[in-house]
Amino acid sequence: MRPRHVLYLAVKELRGLVRDPLLLALVFYAFTLDIYSHATAMPETLNRATIGIVDEDASPLSRRIADAFLSPYFVTPDQIDMAEMDARMDAGIDTFSLVIPPDFQSDLVAGARPELQLNVDATRVSQAFTGAGYVQAIVDQEVTGWTGRQAAVPVDLALRARFNPALDPGWFGALTAVISAVTMLSIILSGAALIREREHGTVEHLLVMPVSAAEIMTSKVLSMGGVVLVAAGLSLTFMVQGVLGVPVAGSLTLFLVGVALHLFATTSLGILLATISGSMPQFAMLLLLVLLPLEILSGGMTPRESMPEAVQYIMLAAPNTHFIALAQAVLFRGAGLAVVWPQLLALAVIGSVMFAFALRRFRGFLR
Amino acid sequence: MTASGRVVRTEGLSLLYGKVRALDDVSIDLPAGCIVGLIGPDGVGKSSLLALIAGARRIQQGQLDVLEGDMRRAGHRARICPRIAYMPQGLGRNLYPTLSVRENVEFFGRLFGESREERERRIADLLEATDLAPFAERPAANLSGGMKQKLGLCCALIHDPDLLILDEPTTGVDPLSRREFWALIARIRAARPGMSLIVASAYLEEASEFDHLVAMDDGRVLAAGSPSEILNRTGTASLDEAFIELLPEERRAGHHDLIVPPRDPAGRGDCVVEAENLTVRFGDFAAVKGVSFRIGKGEIFGFLGSNGCGKTTTMKALTGLVEPAEGTTRIDGKTVDARDMATRKRIGYMTQSFSLYSELTVRQNLDLHARLFDMAPAGIAPRIAELAERFDLEAVLDSLPLQLPLGIRQRLSLAVALIHRPEVLILDEPTSGVDPVARDIFWQALVDLSRKDGVTIFISTHYMSEAMRCDRISLMHEGRVLVSDTPEAIREGAGAATLDDAFIHHLERAQGENGTPAAAHRVDLVAEASSAPRRRHGRVSLARLLSFSWRESLELRRDPIRLTLASVGSVILMIVLGYGISMDVEDLKFAVLDYDQTIASQSYVNDLAGSRYFDEQPPLIDHADIDQRMRAGEISLALEIPPGFAADVERGRPVEIGAWFDGAMPMRADTVRGYVQGMHVHWLTDQLRQVYGEDAVTGSYSLEMRYRYNPDVESLAAMVPAVIPLLLMLIPAMLAVLSVAREKETGSIVNLYVTPALRLEFLLGKQVPYIVLGFLNFLLLLALAVFVFGVPVKGSLLALSAGALVYVILATGLGLLISAFTRSQVAALFFTALATLIPATQYGGIIDPVSSLEGMGRGIGEVFPTSHFVTISRGVFAKALDFGDLAASFVPMLLLVPVLVALGTIFVRKQEA
Repeated sequence: MRPRHVLYLAVKELRGLVRDPLLLALVFYAFTLDIYSHATAMPETLNRATIGIVDEDASPLSRRIADAFLSPYFVTPDQIDMAEMDARMDAGIDTFSLVIPPDFQSDLVAGARPELQLNVDATRVSQAFTGAGYVQAIVDQEVTGWTGRQAAVPVDLALRARFNPALDPGWFGALTAVISAVTMLSIILSGAALIREREHGTVEHLLVMPVSAAEIMTSKVLSMGGVVLVAAGLSLTFMVQGVLGVPVAGSLTLFLVGVALHLFATTSLGILLATISGSMPQFAMLLLLVLLPLEILSGGMTPRESMPEAVQYIMLAAPNTHFIALAQAVLFRGAGLAVVWPQLLALAVIGSVMFAFALRRFRGFLR
Repeated sequence: MTASGRVVRTEGLSLLYGKVRALDDVSIDLPAGCIVGLIGPDGVGKSSLLALIAGARRIQQGQLDVLEGDMRRAGHRARICPRIAYMPQGLGRNLYPTLSVRENVEFFGRLFGESREERERRIADLLEATDLAPFAERPAANLSGGMKQKLGLCCALIHDPDLLILDEPTTGVDPLSRREFWALIARIRAARPGMSLIVASAYLEEASEFDHLVAMDDGRVLAAGSPSEILNRTGTASLDEAFIELLPEERRAGHHDLIVPPRDPAGRGDCVVEAENLTVRFGDFAAVKGVSFRIGKGEIFGFLGSNGCGKTTTMKALTGLVEPAEGTTRIDGKTVDARDMATRKRIGYMTQSFSLYSELTVRQNLDLHARLFDMAPAGIAPRIAELAERFDLEAVLDSLPLQLPLGIRQRLSLAVALIHRPEVLILDEPTSGVDPVARDIFWQALVDLSRKDGVTIFISTHYMSEAMRCDRISLMHEGRVLVSDTPEAIREGAGAATLDDAFIHHLERAQGENGTPAAAHRVDLVAEASSAPRRRHGRVSLARLLSFSWRESLELRRDPIRLTLASVGSVILMIVLGYGISMDVEDLKFAVLDYDQTIASQSYVNDLAGSRYFDEQPPLIDHADIDQRMRAGEISLALEIPPGFAADVERGRPVEIGAWFDGAMPMRADTVRGYVQGMHVHWLTDQLRQVYGEDAVTGSYSLEMRYRYNPDVESLAAMVPAVIPLLLMLIPAMLAVLSVAREKETGSIVNLYVTPALRLEFLLGKQVPYIVLGFLNFLLLLALAVFVFGVPVKGSLLALSAGALVYVILATGLGLLISAFTRSQVAALFFTALATLIPATQYGGIIDPVSSLEGMGRGIGEVFPTSHFVTISRGVFAKALDFGDLAASFVPMLLLVPVLVALGTIFVRKQEA
């Protein structure tokens, strides 16, 4: 492989990209507006949860409880009756319904241990758990405040969140969006562009020249990966840090090294998919089949440790898994090379295997 | 027949593509009831004029009347559309390659609304008359060029038009097929004397048979009249010469008759290019069968034959692009090896279609190739200058190739092939569609290379006049070489007057040997007016709509890989996502920094360690250790129990336990916080009980939690009903999105432009098969959910199915909408991925309810149909709901259907801009 050939071919790829304005516009959108909407849409873990309150007590205490559900955690609760409650939960209007029984306040004073009932729509799993905890804490606080009772054991728990003290989900959302844009773009750019080139007959033209398949493929990996790398770097600096104001704890350079290695793997993957599928419609189907698990199961959307073990092991073969672990460590926790070298190593290995495999298929594809 | 005796009248007609002027103030009358020929090379505006006449392109400037009416008026276009048939340029460009011969014709018959009985009779007649009947079930992709053109003609004649427009119908077809094609046209005209034909052609030989000619150059009309009138006016003997005579002075400058000097006898013995018993197979199909030839140094060796006869494959075998199944190819005595870079450097190759980079300028193209051939950097600029001068490219060095006329583009291709001074040139139809003057200039360059520089040239061509200039030629047919000798010897050997006749003689002999009936018995075409309804234009016709559905579903069925990917893909994705997405936070890793090391501190930790949510890791040593292990993501929670903890608790002194958790992933962090708080409260209550007994807890209340619909708060039961909407959006949209964009890229979209079909029929018709496929996918996913995942459907199955149907209509509609406004397949693919994957996964209410979203995402979530179908799906699966309860989710989806259809119809155009 001659580096000069790779360079010339890569420059050619870039010139081609520059002349496709719609494609450039989509790249721009994916790294700006898309990230913005993603970061701003992500709710606090419990954000604007809907709660209906069936207040059959109508005492000062019950009203005090009802008034304690405040924005942004909860949408101001509606006062409803027992009959409405089921219908509203069925229609998905309320995620929670709190039933305060008659004589709640007087029973409490009399020490009769009255019982409150909290109905949770458990199909909304993400809110069900945390929301129920919040409701419990709020009711507890109000009841304790009202009775003036003090805890007898003076043990305090000082809970502090590290790396993202306010648990601002926008930080996480912005990062997830950058990561998914990087993965999606690199696979589509390299794969679809290769299929298009074959459909237009220009790949064949290259093959009668003294260039090897490895040079052609390397030039594609470098140029498409390079575009996405630059876009990701700019996006992190100007969009994520600038517009969205997300603090980046670690070294941006180290992160970009990670992006580069990740791109090495994903662009190779794109070429591999293109060689497997014969036509653009088939590529589209394969793309979904690969992209969706990569996005959802790599730990970017839900925590890895709660996935079934088999899935966790299988996903170790996916570059995204390591890339997300690395990105979280570097960007949020300020981790250095000493911490993330295993991820870098894993990405390099996965990338090399993908590249070698794709190159083998690519050679056959050209025939 | 028309009253005025003319079929087309134009007045000052002009057409611009960007800045390029394709037609420049064209004012002509074309007579009715005869064959009108548009002659001139490629790119002079013939195709543009025909597209305008056919109504496929929008008129920009000037007046155009076709069949006695103004083509600007949509009403007139719709009225005369069934009377016109249009066959665009390019072999089989408006055909559907995966459909069989019969199915292709049938589709056009259906489009024109013929009854089944009439259609079948006409198809049988047409296929019989064109000798295509034996191949009725063969896919159009596997036909030879001549057969494709005959099939195109069948498709054009199925509705019995009054005006037949043929754009270069015989380009790329062998001489015998060409002759048969014109015989067929003659018989059709005999049966329908009133029919008018307008034919574009670059073959001036065949144009001499037409009734009326319009010679065009550079967007203008040079001359019009009968062939004899034109010859008389120019005082020439052949149309070729007449055309050159008609060209403006500056174009003719420097043109002189080309003389090929004899070869220098010195180098005749050396054999440079050699093929021995070469056979190439693609699967079962042998493209080249036992071909042998030897080409000497400096020789010009020509290859003649129809498209698909194996010329290109033979050339590719010589360059190493394809590997021979048998036999050998040698360059300079060395066997061709694809991996041998040194051999590649000695060959210059020019492919048939223009395959230089359209995104690079002329100079950049030359420069890239020079560099890739490892030329010394210092030598590159002078070499480019030299070639630019030699091929007259200096003025266009910084233009993009696609802006240039074909003749110049071909010269550029040749310059590129020559940049590294190869010893052998392999040229695959380098002069197709190039005008006679430019062709002569091109040949002058070839002759110079051969005679002055001793370059060996292997060239394929369709033009007999070019074949006459070669030192030797081979006639090729169906993978075999029929004869190989000097052109003169071949002509004489066949006892023919021209090389064309000699070729036909050899073709007929070859076909006789193969037993193919050349022209056995012929059914005469019966003059019969099509009963195809000619009124009712502008009204939506269900029959036409269904004919699009019929064709689309046939094409889908012919692509089993795509169908399998769609169904198997959804099953795999459902399993992966159903098991993979989990909201249960379990096995969280935590570690303790215990400065107390007492039973009390142990009991505190044990509460955590004993739960299924936490997983205790080796203890921490100090604060730095907390830092390091958290940073590496080894632990998500760290607890610090201060020294003297047990003693302080005993004495009732305030004491604080420190807990740090990883906030990088907010959802997990919040769950951790909730768990730890819960554990802490539990521990406190326990302590109170131990100290004060049961009294301590009286006076309080209890909060009873009821997890409804999903009592175990299982992720699976919650996720399966949400994954179905996700997959039903992505897969149908991806399936549908390429359908229109692909037709735009391949060119069959022209059938929408020139048939009576409405845009709405086109879009809805295409959508139907994808809706059916999407709904089948839904049933598959439903079965998977119930039987494999064991998630029962508690509510109304009918409501769920109805919701799924509407949702699939929306998903496919969205795909078609994107498809309608994107030009390339790559952009369509990209757009769909962005427009479905992200809104569906992030804002569709699958993980976070839409009501909890904010900003732009909230807006997208509210409009995007996924959120509504998620509500329906979860409602029916988990909450036992029925139509009545879900009305609020059905309404917005139903409202969206007409919006998508209307937008799609607006974006698809009925004419090319």
